[in-house]
Amino acid sequence: MFFSFELLLEALMFGVLLGCFYTAVSIGLSVSFGLLDVPHVAHPAIMVLGSYATYIVASQGLDPILSGVLLMPVFFVLGVLVYRFYYESFERRGTEAGVRGLAFFFGLAFIIEIGLILVFGVDQRTVEAAYIGESLELGEYRIPYRMLVAFGVALVLTFSLTLYLSKTFTGRAIKAVAQDEPALRLMGANPVRIKQWAFGIATGVSALAGALLIIVGPVEPAIDRLYIGRTFCIVVLAGLGSMTGTLAAGLILGIAESMVLMFFGASWAPAVAFGLLLLVLGVRPQGLFGR
Amino acid sequence: MKRTRREILKAGAALAVTAGIPGRAFAQAGPVKVGMSMPQTGSLGAGGQAALVALRLWVDDVNQRGGLLNRKVELIAYDDQTNPANVPGIYTKLLDVDKVDLIIAPYGTVPTAPLMPMAKQRGLLVMGNFSFQVNAKVQHDMWFNNAPWNNASSWSDGFFANGRKLGAKTVAFLAADQEFAQNLANGARELAKKGNLKAVYDQNYPPTTTDFSSLVRGIRAAKPDMVFVMSYPNDSVAIVRAVNEIGIGSGVKMFGGGMVGLQFTPIMASLGSLLNGIVNYNSYVPGMKYPIDDFLKRYAQRAKEAKVDPLGFYLPPFNYAIGQMLEQAVNGAKSLDHKQLAAYLKKNEMKTVVGPIRYGPDGEWANARVVQAQFRGVVDKDVEQFRSPAKQVVIYPDAYKTGTVIAPFEKARKAKK
Repeated sequence: MFFSFELLLEALMFGVLLGCFYTAVSIGLSVSFGLLDVPHVAHPAIMVLGSYATYIVASQGLDPILSGVLLMPVFFVLGVLVYRFYYESFERRGTEAGVRGLAFFFGLAFIIEIGLILVFGVDQRTVEAAYIGESLELGEYRIPYRMLVAFGVALVLTFSLTLYLSKTFTGRAIKAVAQDEPALRLMGANPVRIKQWAFGIATGVSALAGALLIIVGPVEPAIDRLYIGRTFCIVVLAGLGSMTGTLAAGLILGIAESMVLMFFGASWAPAVAFGLLLLVLGVRPQGLFGR
Repeated sequence: MKRTRREILKAGAALAVTAGIPGRAFAQAGPVKVGMSMPQTGSLGAGGQAALVALRLWVDDVNQRGGLLNRKVELIAYDDQTNPANVPGIYTKLLDVDKVDLIIAPYGTVPTAPLMPMAKQRGLLVMGNFSFQVNAKVQHDMWFNNAPWNNASSWSDGFFANGRKLGAKTVAFLAADQEFAQNLANGARELAKKGNLKAVYDQNYPPTTTDFSSLVRGIRAAKPDMVFVMSYPNDSVAIVRAVNEIGIGSGVKMFGGGMVGLQFTPIMASLGSLLNGIVNYNSYVPGMKYPIDDFLKRYAQRAKEAKVDPLGFYLPPFNYAIGQMLEQAVNGAKSLDHKQLAAYLKKNEMKTVVGPIRYGPDGEWANARVVQAQFRGVVDKDVEQFRSPAKQVVIYPDAYKTGTVIAPFEKARKAKK
């Protein structure tokens, strides 16, 4: 295996870009699962739904990122409705019923996947934009623009959500509902409405993450399966509910994967990522940034 | 009415005998059922759905001709989601619940592998479906693959032979970490060794890899003369895109070899000009003289309705050929008995839309017909261009050759013809 300082730098750079992409696809889950304790295994499927919605909107001539942004309110409403259904059918009946909601989200993921197959078929779909397929040349280095876009969007998403959760009343209420729901109720706030709102935000963010997914590579209806393990790994590694932690965990996973792909056996990449998770959880069971 | 003990024993024995009759005998009364598991979702789903359109076309055709043994033919296909773990359960259901008379393997090596031990154990005739070397270890003597290759040499030799002609001394291998790619990679490594090609890069990547930038950069750093890639459809697309963005190096003479997916029309249309210069295996490209035109015309009509591969050059004709071979075997042997059908298939040359097929002792084609073709002058957003022989120039074997390879890879990417 070759080793040089330039290659090391490139592996690091690709790792940072990949890590930011992983952050973007995990940050919605960090809200829904990390903060709200909802076993949202349909998160990647909703993201893929976002990719297909982006595909439709972008085919009208709009930029894919702009399409993702425009779809966020629609997905916000979808998230509110999904949470309401989950709450009425499962969560309201107690913790055990809430865990049974896992089956509901699995079902939702399958319905989305089959629905996409029926409408679009199983072929891959892509979008077009000036930054897809081209790269930024810096001397010997070539950086794909699509990954730079993922990098930027992930940073914007992370810092906007961090600011929103710490500086606004609703944001602080979302954090409070994750920490002590009865106390929030005593303060006169309705935890269910707060959770509904937060789940809407998580789903809205998934629309933008879906746009990134189809920018980074072609999508097909079953691609969500690739991301279930990875997104949950990042959220748990981060320490449930921490936005900056999600960014850090995404970067760790991205850099580790890139280094392993470049310098060691590529087959080891998933093992290294999940090995890191086990290692961190062994030392800090609450995750990197968990309390 | 009072019954004697003897009468009761007789009735019991009759019941036991009836219950012991195997499933295939039970199905004799109704249609001839042909069962299969087929990837209709997941990474092989696009190919699987197109293949099913062709098989259903054969079912309609054979039923119009009076069916098999004067019985209507019915196709039962379940989606295995490109997940090999689903395959044994699907075939158990097909055999024990649906009571199918004949079985066809799912498309691809990975989904087919779990079927083989069961087929051998139960003594079933299996019509293979584009898998590679899946019977090499199992050695099932009732296996008949529809794919135009046999051993590793039949698939990769054309690539390496052309590389050697171009003076290549080193090679990089990039292979998916699963059954098909590993089977192919092992054979390719052997061939490279025999041809005195030094492997300067050799990596297996996991199927969960999302971005290939690091791997492509690693290959570029190794400065190989040729790059042999063995990948599944989604990976193939990501690799081609990464090569376009990162660059593979000016010293690379040939790139490609065993990339599955670059034969599917939607993928070819989506990649467009990024395909130029790639030398890759194929089963059929326009210009090869097969009695295929009528089939392709009728397939295209159905493919449009089913929203699948509109041209259907790669898999569909070979799936239609499976039906044609079963039809000839059943009519020739005048039986649905798997042993008799296998004996017929071994002994006789089959006439199909992809030309005559004769089987070797291992159930693979006695004479392989894999071509290596170079994409040239492909433009973006044009599906119809792929009907032209000029877009995929066959560089191997000599029998089908329509041109010589353009090298190095960077030059071939810019070539107009």
